[in-house]
Amino acid sequence: MILVLPVILWMIIFNYIPMLGLVISFKEYDPYLGPLEGFIKSRWVGFNNFAEAFTDKYFISSLWNTIYYSILNLVIGFPIPIIFAILLNELTNVRFKKFVQTVSYLPHFISWVFVVGFIYVLFAVDNGLLNGLLLKFNLTEEAIPFLATPKYVPPIVVLFNIWKSFGWNSIIYIAAITNIDPTMYEAATVDGAKRFAKIWYITLPSIKPTVVILLIFSIGSMISPNFGLFEQMYLLTNPMIQDVTEIVDTYTYKMGIVLSRYSYATAVGLFRSVVAVILLTGANFTSKKLTGESLF
Amino acid sequence: MMQKSRRLNGDSVFDIFNLIFMCFIILITLYPFYYVIVSSFNEPIDLLNGPVYLWPRKFSLSNYAYVLQDEKILNAAFITVSRTIIGSVSAVLFTAAFAYGISKPRLLGRRFFIGMALVTMYFSGGLIPTYILIAHGLKLQGNFLVFIIPNLFNAFNAFVMLSFFRGISSEIEESARIDGANDIIIFFKLILPVSTPILATIALFNGVFHWNSWFDALLYGGRKLETLQQYLVKSIQSANVNAKAASYVSTLTVSSTSVRLTTMVITAFPIVIAYPFLQRYFVKGIMIGSLKG
Repeated sequence: MILVLPVILWMIIFNYIPMLGLVISFKEYDPYLGPLEGFIKSRWVGFNNFAEAFTDKYFISSLWNTIYYSILNLVIGFPIPIIFAILLNELTNVRFKKFVQTVSYLPHFISWVFVVGFIYVLFAVDNGLLNGLLLKFNLTEEAIPFLATPKYVPPIVVLFNIWKSFGWNSIIYIAAITNIDPTMYEAATVDGAKRFAKIWYITLPSIKPTVVILLIFSIGSMISPNFGLFEQMYLLTNPMIQDVTEIVDTYTYKMGIVLSRYSYATAVGLFRSVVAVILLTGANFTSKKLTGESLF
Repeated sequence: MMQKSRRLNGDSVFDIFNLIFMCFIILITLYPFYYVIVSSFNEPIDLLNGPVYLWPRKFSLSNYAYVLQDEKILNAAFITVSRTIIGSVSAVLFTAAFAYGISKPRLLGRRFFIGMALVTMYFSGGLIPTYILIAHGLKLQGNFLVFIIPNLFNAFNAFVMLSFFRGISSEIEESARIDGANDIIIFFKLILPVSTPILATIALFNGVFHWNSWFDALLYGGRKLETLQQYLVKSIQSANVNAKAASYVSTLTVSSTSVRLTTMVITAFPIVIAYPFLQRYFVKGIMIGSLKG
């Protein structure tokens, strides 16, 4: 009992009190009253903060951007770890397989700050790695300002998101594939099945439950706070590309921390959490109906 | 003969393409690190003549001499190393105590506590209420403990540990209890020593988290508590400003690109070096976690 008590207290302070603090999204929190007084005595304003968010075109555009990036990440980023895991499983040399696997996890452990630093080096106008190559092979007449052109930003952001996560995300599929009974492959070989037939009829159906569960998770967390995306946007943004780098996370940060509009920013965050719960239950329900697999 | 050539056409072609694909994966994963390292060892003014792809054109250590003489980066390194060590050790002990406690069926309210921890994995107060609590309520702003205390516990790590503790046989504990040892003595003297693999794994997760985090330093740190990552953030941001200004002014400031590259190498160095030796612990951790969840 004594052993669990510290963590119980910690959870109450650092998890449950902030959850209670969500109440201020229906108030006009006054920071000058101090946290406790401000929480209790601030004026109730009902849904005013939410109403205001929906009349702010910057919020609306940050919401669309968040959805846009999430869909891109999901559509392009979701299948890649699966394909990678399947192809990795087809490698015959065990040591090479281990090596590729180990290398592919590395970006997961590197900070986003480093990754964004590399994005700047790669796409810089003066002496950038990519512009250097393009000019060398005469593929472009003059250096392209990738990071100051709105249309290049989403592909860059999504590309590096995948670069950083595909290896780590593939672990769970690799584990699922390892658990497949090898006698199934042996039987298929005896029956004369080719490589692709084995992948299609044995590997894929065997990992289907894992795929579905992770897909539900991905859809459910589409609009949830995405710290990696926040860091990329926060570090990449400049006046030229502002329109495509403003996401809900950066908007909340600006409103809440920079401008100290605590109640308003909390309301934006709460709205987002509600949408996330709806998405998760929706995805779960759809999957239960269509495939019989579900989280809850 | 016929058999063999048909195999060559089908499966071997696939194998060759797969091999090429995997080599491509290795290349795109490792080359960014290689490129940054090579460029950081190139003479800064010479780097302005164009990128170096494979090997420094003009080898030089002047970037490192320049970056490492800055007192601020040394201070930042000290803060980062301190928070990484203190933060991961304290979090592991704190989390392990909880996980061990709830692994015992005789604990009163066990299911309730597990539920409490589960809820924290999916719901939170979000950025602002947490910020008000830490900065205004607990007044931890500018205090080194702001890096340690809010990161003491993580429910996911607790559940990974829980599944490990469940596997420990209860016989040794029973005999210790007969000898008069209480729960706390059993936890420190018996349980922790036999749990080193899982403790190491969780400590590493925490260590990487602490090493890489900068947002809490931005929110609560202030000038005094700048971390390495935050130092790098500033170097990235100032390099952009300088690069824009430089196109009008002179070539002198553009070597801030070299400074940035060098700072990148320094901040990522410990992780890249330690990674090959530690990666099996990471994978073990996620495996236990994913099997549970």
